Amino acid sequence: MHLLVCGGTGCRASASDSIIEKLKSEITAKGLQDEVQVIMTGCFGFCEKGPIVKILPDNTFYTQVKPDDAAEIVAEHVIKGRKVNRLLYVDPENKEHVSDSKHMGFYRKQIRIALRNCGFINPENIDEAIARDAYQALGKVLAEYKPAETIDIIKKSGLRGRGGGGFPTGLKWEIASKNKADQKYVVCNADEGDPGAFMDRSVLEGDPHTVLEAMAICGYCIGATQGLIYIRAEYPLAIKRLKIAIEQAHEYGLLGKNIMGSGFDFDITLRYGAGAFVCGEETALIHSMEGLRGEPTNKPPFPAESGFLNKPTNVNNVETFASIPVIILKGSEWFASIGTEKSKGTKVFALAGKINNVGLIEVPMGTTLREVIFEIGGGIKNGKKFKAVQTGGPSGGCLTEKHLDTPIDFDNLIAAGSMMGSGGMIVMDEDDCMVSVAKFFLDFTVEESCGKCAPCRIGNKRLFELLERITKGEGTMEDLERLQNLCKVIKDTALCGLGQTSPNPILSTMDNFYNEYLAHVNDKKCPAGQCKSLMKYVIDPEACVGCTACARNCPVNAISGERKKPHLIDTAICIKCGACIEKCKFNAISIK
Amino acid sequence: MSHIKVELKKEQVAKLKEICKSFNNEAGELINVLHKSQETFGYLPAEVQEIIAKELNISVAKVYGVVTFYSFFTMLPKGQHPISICTGTACYVRGAEKVLDEFKRILEVKVGETTPDGKFSLSCLRCVGACGLAPVVSVGEKIYGRVSPDGVKDILKEYE
Repeated sequence: MHLLVCGGTGCRASASDSIIEKLKSEITAKGLQDEVQVIMTGCFGFCEKGPIVKILPDNTFYTQVKPDDAAEIVAEHVIKGRKVNRLLYVDPENKEHVSDSKHMGFYRKQIRIALRNCGFINPENIDEAIARDAYQALGKVLAEYKPAETIDIIKKSGLRGRGGGGFPTGLKWEIASKNKADQKYVVCNADEGDPGAFMDRSVLEGDPHTVLEAMAICGYCIGATQGLIYIRAEYPLAIKRLKIAIEQAHEYGLLGKNIMGSGFDFDITLRYGAGAFVCGEETALIHSMEGLRGEPTNKPPFPAESGFLNKPTNVNNVETFASIPVIILKGSEWFASIGTEKSKGTKVFALAGKINNVGLIEVPMGTTLREVIFEIGGGIKNGKKFKAVQTGGPSGGCLTEKHLDTPIDFDNLIAAGSMMGSGGMIVMDEDDCMVSVAKFFLDFTVEESCGKCAPCRIGNKRLFELLERITKGEGTMEDLERLQNLCKVIKDTALCGLGQTSPNPILSTMDNFYNEYLAHVNDKKCPAGQCKSLMKYVIDPEACVGCTACARNCPVNAISGERKKPHLIDTAICIKCGACIEKCKFNAISIK
Repeated sequence: MSHIKVELKKEQVAKLKEICKSFNNEAGELINVLHKSQETFGYLPAEVQEIIAKELNISVAKVYGVVTFYSFFTMLPKGQHPISICTGTACYVRGAEKVLDEFKRILEVKVGETTPDGKFSLSCLRCVGACGLAPVVSVGEKIYGRVSPDGVKDILKEYE
């Protein structure tokens, strides 16, 4: 019997470490340590219900487990074979307990390729990875295929870069393989900077060997013996597991000199990011790896010609690499049979925001937003109304009700005014002000702009200031026009991908929610009630019973009034924090 | 850029040189050297940068340029308990701003500052990837999930 406990960042923050400890000590106390194993795995994906404990072989899926539940799980499930019902997932529709994750709405529509091993293996044990086919694809490539044949398989599979751009991976490898040089480099871009996207981290934490294997395959194809993983310093757990994986692969002769006796050498080292979003852009990333400021440069020359230390360099994203070994083993036709005409395979999305099932999902390309948000995601939190979903991070846009039935793929999302990006999906409800959302992203861009080119450095700052005026109720119709014009100029003239896409959040919210902009400018009102400057908290004297709950909870003492008499808010002192509304049991306080 | 004048002790200088040497004094390893140095000293004052520049045989301006480019590096010492509020998109839509406002109000510091007693420093970070727990706050190594403005004073109480 195996007890799998999620060891991803989210679940560890909810004490999955001590769950493992307690399970182990309970099992040892009962003398079962030879028959029952407790294994820490990578992320299961269903972060909303974490920490998760899965029991094999009967596939029982326990949710929101606490360290104190360990004794009951061992006594009841392990020893007596009775499921602990209170820890099972409850289907929100028919209120029944579901014990097998296969039957949960969250998992039913998913096909896991890049995430295939996450939640199944102990990422710190290479034997478990090998038992699930790790390094088999590398062995097959080294023994049976020439580099060009391997590249051909990747080309035919139709795999496109998962980092956001969607450039055909096979073609990228082919270009790098044709450039002659004494040294070439394979780089894995693990600088996952889009806020709200955590798929790369989960792959690295849950299945690091698949990335190492794919990088070695890429090295063989393009003629490189050196691999580098550029990873964010904010991901200490992923770094730790990568280091362990590299060491173990060395011990097994799966990295290093003369891999599997084939005569092919390949080694991988880690390089750390230091908190700069722009370093996700490949030329900036390369500069950062060289120890410089992470500023992008003009392309061409592309990294495939002149990249790291001016040598041909192939840069791919983590999720792209994670798909490679499966394609080699199962064939390009199998991969190409999944997905849409121009976007093959699956895509991992990080569902977050105001959605019931926050987590990491992998679905075939072509799945609709409705299926993702309402079937897998379980709909909007607290029964609120869906307003928009933001895809593509700070470079993407907001999609609305009318896009819900659009099949998700690279081209459809661009046509709808957003983009795939790395796969973050932030769901918003009726309480979110779309002008504020645009401002939030511009604030991000202004801070993350490297400052090299004027359109991005100065232009985005001006965009942010215009949005700030609008959210304060100081905007004019001319400001809206100025906003639109400036967006177009920045898109056309910025140097790199960051600047060229930074106006997208504004353009897409203006396209889809122009009325909200107008309400801020003309009526000086924020329809969603989020812009502080445009709202006022008022107590209805008829409804107020004078219970003093609001006055006691006001952090700035802005509320006055005698007990059992209607209270009054001093708007000059009020900081609009909303604490009073939350405490009022009589619905006497409203935002005007 | 405000910074505090520090005088490095002999053994601190030796430690820095040792760090540089462990990366073969290569200029290309600057970022790794800075990571390691910040891990050791807690922050990167000008005096530390000067030694690194000398050891790697590059200009101080270049080191300073890199230190100020990346948000991970800091030239000011952090508080005893560094507080970071995640301001990633998922946390933002679940109310991280209100949580941040509450920290600012109670501690009477701005983002990037340290309380006068050196106990707490306040900073924002972009997404730790625990979006299921949004909004997320971290104090030192410990992560707090689903934080509400009300819960802020309870978190601070733990460190009194």
